[in-house]
Amino acid sequence: MKYRYSRHLFVTSLFVFLFSCQFVFAQDIPTEPAAISAGEALFKANCKSCHRVKEKLVGPALAGIEGRAPSIQWIKDWIRNSSKVVASGDEYGNKIYNEYGKSQMTAFTSLKDDDIMNILAYVKDEANKKAEAPVAGPTTASAGSGDGVSSTYLDIILAGMIIILVLLLVILGLIVNALKKYLSQKELSEEDKEEVVSPYSLGSVVRSPGFIFIVVFLVAALGFKTLIDGLLTIGVQQGYQPKQPIAFSHKIHAGQFEIDCKYCHTGVMKGKQASIPSPNICMNCHVSIKSGTNTGEGEIAKIYKAVGFDPATSQYSGKTAPIEWVRIHNLPDLAYFNHSQHVNVGGIECQTCHGPIQEMDVVKQYSLLTMGWCISCHRTTDVSAKGNAYYDKLLEVHDKKTMKVEDIGGLECSKCHY
Amino acid sequence: MSKSTKTYWKGLPELKNDPAVIKNADKEFGEDPGHSRRDFLKMMGFSVAAVSLAACEAPIRKAIPYVNKPVDVDPGIPNYYASTYVNGGDYCSIVVKTREGRPIKVDGNSLSNVTLGGTSAQVEASVLSLYDNYRLRGPKIGAGETSKASDWETIDKEVIAKLGEIATKGGQIRIVSNTILSPSTKAAIDVFKAKYPTTQHIQYDQVSNYGIAKANEASFGSAFIPSYDFTKAKTIVSIGADFLGTWGSSIEFSKQFASTRDITDTKREMSRLYQFETTLSLTGANADYRSMIKPSQEGLVVAQLYNLVAAKAGKATLSAGIDKIQHLEKAANELWENRGKSLVISGSNDKDVQLVVNAINDALGNYGVTILPNIPTYFRQGNDEAMAAFVAEAKEGKVDAIFFYNSNPVYDHPMGKELGEALKNVALTVSTSYTEDESATASAYKTPDHHYLESWNDFEPKKNFFSLSQPAITPIFKTRQAQQSFLVWAGEANNDYFEFLSSNWRKTQFARATNAVDFQSFWDKCLYDGVLEYPADAYSAVSFAGDLSAAASRISSNYSAANTGFEVVIYESYGVGNGSQANNPLLQELPDPITKATWDHYVTISQKDAKELGLDNDAEGNTVLLSITANGKTEKIAALIQPGQAPKTLGIALGYGRTKVGKVAENIGVNAYPFLALVNGSISFAATTGVKVEKTTDPFQLAQTQIHHTYMGRENVVQEATLEEFNHNPLHFREEAPKISDWDKKVDPNSLSLWKGHEYNNHHWGMAVDLNSCTGCGACVVACNVENNVALVGKQEVINRREMHWLRIDRYYSNPEGTDVDNYDALEVAAENPEVVFQPMMCQHCNNAPCETVCPVAATTHSSEGLNQMTYNRCIGTRYCANNCPYKVRRFNWFKYHDNQQFAQSNPAMNTDLGRMVLNPDVTVRSRGVMEKCSFCVQNIQAGKLSAKRERRPVKDGEVTTACMASCTTGAIVFGDLNNPESRISKLLQIELDPNRKNGIDKIAHNPRAYRVIEEIGVKPNVYYLTKIRNKDEKKAHA
Repeated sequence: MKYRYSRHLFVTSLFVFLFSCQFVFAQDIPTEPAAISAGEALFKANCKSCHRVKEKLVGPALAGIEGRAPSIQWIKDWIRNSSKVVASGDEYGNKIYNEYGKSQMTAFTSLKDDDIMNILAYVKDEANKKAEAPVAGPTTASAGSGDGVSSTYLDIILAGMIIILVLLLVILGLIVNALKKYLSQKELSEEDKEEVVSPYSLGSVVRSPGFIFIVVFLVAALGFKTLIDGLLTIGVQQGYQPKQPIAFSHKIHAGQFEIDCKYCHTGVMKGKQASIPSPNICMNCHVSIKSGTNTGEGEIAKIYKAVGFDPATSQYSGKTAPIEWVRIHNLPDLAYFNHSQHVNVGGIECQTCHGPIQEMDVVKQYSLLTMGWCISCHRTTDVSAKGNAYYDKLLEVHDKKTMKVEDIGGLECSKCHY
Repeated sequence: MSKSTKTYWKGLPELKNDPAVIKNADKEFGEDPGHSRRDFLKMMGFSVAAVSLAACEAPIRKAIPYVNKPVDVDPGIPNYYASTYVNGGDYCSIVVKTREGRPIKVDGNSLSNVTLGGTSAQVEASVLSLYDNYRLRGPKIGAGETSKASDWETIDKEVIAKLGEIATKGGQIRIVSNTILSPSTKAAIDVFKAKYPTTQHIQYDQVSNYGIAKANEASFGSAFIPSYDFTKAKTIVSIGADFLGTWGSSIEFSKQFASTRDITDTKREMSRLYQFETTLSLTGANADYRSMIKPSQEGLVVAQLYNLVAAKAGKATLSAGIDKIQHLEKAANELWENRGKSLVISGSNDKDVQLVVNAINDALGNYGVTILPNIPTYFRQGNDEAMAAFVAEAKEGKVDAIFFYNSNPVYDHPMGKELGEALKNVALTVSTSYTEDESATASAYKTPDHHYLESWNDFEPKKNFFSLSQPAITPIFKTRQAQQSFLVWAGEANNDYFEFLSSNWRKTQFARATNAVDFQSFWDKCLYDGVLEYPADAYSAVSFAGDLSAAASRISSNYSAANTGFEVVIYESYGVGNGSQANNPLLQELPDPITKATWDHYVTISQKDAKELGLDNDAEGNTVLLSITANGKTEKIAALIQPGQAPKTLGIALGYGRTKVGKVAENIGVNAYPFLALVNGSISFAATTGVKVEKTTDPFQLAQTQIHHTYMGRENVVQEATLEEFNHNPLHFREEAPKISDWDKKVDPNSLSLWKGHEYNNHHWGMAVDLNSCTGCGACVVACNVENNVALVGKQEVINRREMHWLRIDRYYSNPEGTDVDNYDALEVAAENPEVVFQPMMCQHCNNAPCETVCPVAATTHSSEGLNQMTYNRCIGTRYCANNCPYKVRRFNWFKYHDNQQFAQSNPAMNTDLGRMVLNPDVTVRSRGVMEKCSFCVQNIQAGKLSAKRERRPVKDGEVTTACMASCTTGAIVFGDLNNPESRISKLLQIELDPNRKNGIDKIAHNPRAYRVIEEIGVKPNVYYLTKIRNKDEKKAHA
């Protein structure tokens, strides 16, 4: 199904497998690490959006599948075409089918026998692992909040000290004034008088042209800088977090359920746009998941409305209404950006530009998306040239060392503007 | 070798040193609009206010995904569909590029052996016709101005009811169409005919080849139009046949002809083309020897040619003939020398003339070699006599129902006006035209067909050569495929045309297929390829059996050697063609290849006659209207003085003077069809008697681009040689290349530079333009417009010298005899019959670009791949770069051409919601105040590189093309990577890398024909030109 997005991964794993597992009996689940890692890659690319090893998701938990299912051959048949198995009147198949709300599993006709055995190897291996303590997500969060508390303390202390210093200054000024008054009533020698009645009073300093110039200059400079900064933020929408028509949470889908970004954003490896998923992709899982963790049935019902699906009868009415998402990342028309260049060719993680999307309930624009932001990354990022014959000539010129995007023309105007 | 003695001129005013030319020579864009200081302050105040208002809040933008995304449609990724362009009798197999479900570009389909991957300006422009605002939104009822929108059910009910009435009383039904190439459409019409047996299907063509069909019937017993193979022809003699422009399968002919003109180190010979014609046509401009004849002499010239050939063959000569036609004897000698490897064609629609042409080709043994009767073509099967008989019948009220199937005879038939009048008395009139054209307006029912890009259909342009067309977009409006309408009206229950078509193919083509597994995979394969071709039938010798003496006596009486009066030739325009695409601004603004006029209709007149009539064209295009009477009709048309026009003749283009056409073509020119008349059984495209010409005082201004963007000194702009000179010393241009002075000696200008030069580590993009293959047709100009969202500016702005075309084709005239460069008086004498050179000119992407050094804001910079980049959003519009460009290829946006009602008429693609769908989403629409120019289609370069990177491989040669290269039928433009020794361009130019600096800018082109325009100024362009070679005998005069 979505196998093409991980085609190279898939092909590599296939090769790894072919070399490592030739001597394994077809019906024995392999145990070599190579098979397990190949299986892991396949599992993540194909199965993970609906299955977990140890918990029930859209489909059943897969741990112990090799013992539960009638036979290994049955598993293979099921994966390749479950509806055929169901239609054949297979008892176990029909049981599963009915148990999971008569939702049909996608047919993975492209998976070969060896692939399926690898997946099973990974599942078995994973099932045998002891439950590990969950990675300390919350811990980091609390550490983060601890930092927050200490920094506010620091701010308060700093502000307090400034206030105390200002008060000290005022008190000192008052003392000086009082002393001056007291001394002026006394007879003093010329020298002392000169010392006390200084011509450089505060007032005269304030009124002096030099001081006025400095103040005017500083005010003007600050004002100008603020204006420039302000102008530079025009059109910059960092932090833009509009309300969306459906309260879709990346935190649940990408974070909690670890669905691969590419599973839904299908264009990201091949095209300019990562593309907002069409509701038919949602329906791959939500045909059976009818109630959500955060929002219950209300939000998922909006998908059903869009695709014209009646959850009660599991029928499509044919009446559809497209979902009007609010666009968050708006590059100006004069800039050309291509996702596949960065994600597929460059191997950049989505999070590099989109931030910790797996932690966002509501997506916001994480990065600046200004030209300066693009350029600074192009200056510091190494081109992922290894294994890509396109860059061979350029690597040669750069003595086979790494080169920055900048070094191969990544700052040129016509790379993005045409 | 001596220096060339030719003087090149772009137009008569320039040659005559018109004061306006001198005045404007250094003003590339015309006058600045005058603004005062107060205007400036006002505008600045407004701009500041507008900017601050606009910047306050970003608008909310929606992103709406598909509900159910089709598997193969991804936003941002183009899809390509093979299809077929058909417009009347014109045919082209194409590939349609779509983005997000919208067709945005049309390219040639290289799998087709009929059009061989070529296109024409009209094919390239046709994608904009899909988004024509004048298209009918749905069916309408009512003739004239009172028509009302209706729905299909009502219309079907009424039409069927009326047809029923007519059928019961035995009334006559006619379907009138242009040539139909589609077997399935004909089958659908047959279904209709079976239901209503009184139906007759009448095919006619605007520009008819009926004479050829009739002549072949008389010569060989069957009325067919053969295929021609120019590749095998060493000597080509064409009498008025514009086979590179508008005659027959011109795309195919251009490609074939260009292959015979290819000159390389090893292939040192080329075909020779003799052209005998009246107006200077594209073919005439590309001919080696061109002679001017009057249309009244045409038949006699052909007869004389027969006599000359027959004398050699020992056959009897004809009674008709003419003497003193320049080059005719020479042509006949060479034809005889190359018999069996030669070709004689005529553009005449007179069956007697064509009969004599057949006899010449027969005597020369050309049948089966250059003329292929075994592969009949079906391009123009129109029957002039049947059509004339139909109009007569309609006038007499003998016809009860008329269906105009995508035809517009009210406009484009000589008797259209009478037909239009007669329609009022016809009980049922239906038009399936997709716009409300003249015939549709006069019809009571308007039942619009889909545009061809929305339709299913099949075609058989030649026997055994099939192609399909498929929808590249869901129908935009409530239109219905016309074939389906016919099936519905015939009362068919299964009236879906797609089903009809595929079942027809199942019956006919699938039954023929030998290796197909099942119908679905057979069909999918045909659809994917767009074409289905079978081997041609074997050639079985034809024997000429025409009655030559009868033809000769009719020629003697119909033609005259010494007509002294004016004569008129009517020809198809290279831009708007026969007028069916007149509402397409891309074609209106395309400069005519010869006259370089845009947006206008004119009559071409020779210099001599102009002088006699006291006419003058100045550098601003100012002229007067001529009142012309021919065929009893009088029209006023602007006069354009045209070198190469035969004296005492006038040339008028078809395709103008539309009255129901839409905003774009409103009020342009006059309709020339009424000048035509039926002569000797077919429509004659000339009026030789009864022509009156009167000069009026009505002023008129033509918008010609010929003198725009000109530059001084041409010695090293256009280079040409005769074949003999070239063969004698191929390198003579090299030896003559200008030298510049170093401190002690003269050196090659390329060897000195102030600059360090760039390093092109990966790619070095370059282009080669072969002046020998370029026919000047203009397809590249339109392709460039469409690909790069180039704004169309309209007539007034063209007059102001502000057209935006990134690619222009410079057309230079020169005196074939050479000019005495020291005699200034002689310099100003324009040749009556000049030689022509076409030179496509675009940004030369100089390695030492003069524009880059003067830009104060670095908006134009150099890339590490050899491109001269233009960054619109950085440009502040100083125009220093244009000022400093030696090639005058930079264009300035004087106005905001998009979203500006002022340009809605000329530029609907940027000013209407419908038109905007054609814009290429990968290319920025430029705004006011910025410079733009050819980018070498950098969007294609980037896309090609990216797909290579994604597949982890180097870029393949041919993967990256520019729009001009893709559209060039003759392959005159080659684009590629000069760093790749295996690329086509490197091999063509015989590139040797600089041994000292492999990735440097200096490459050595060893092709003896390669040169760069004004090389001596040292800007080192990345565009190379290949010298034009003329296949002429005599050497040029030495200075």
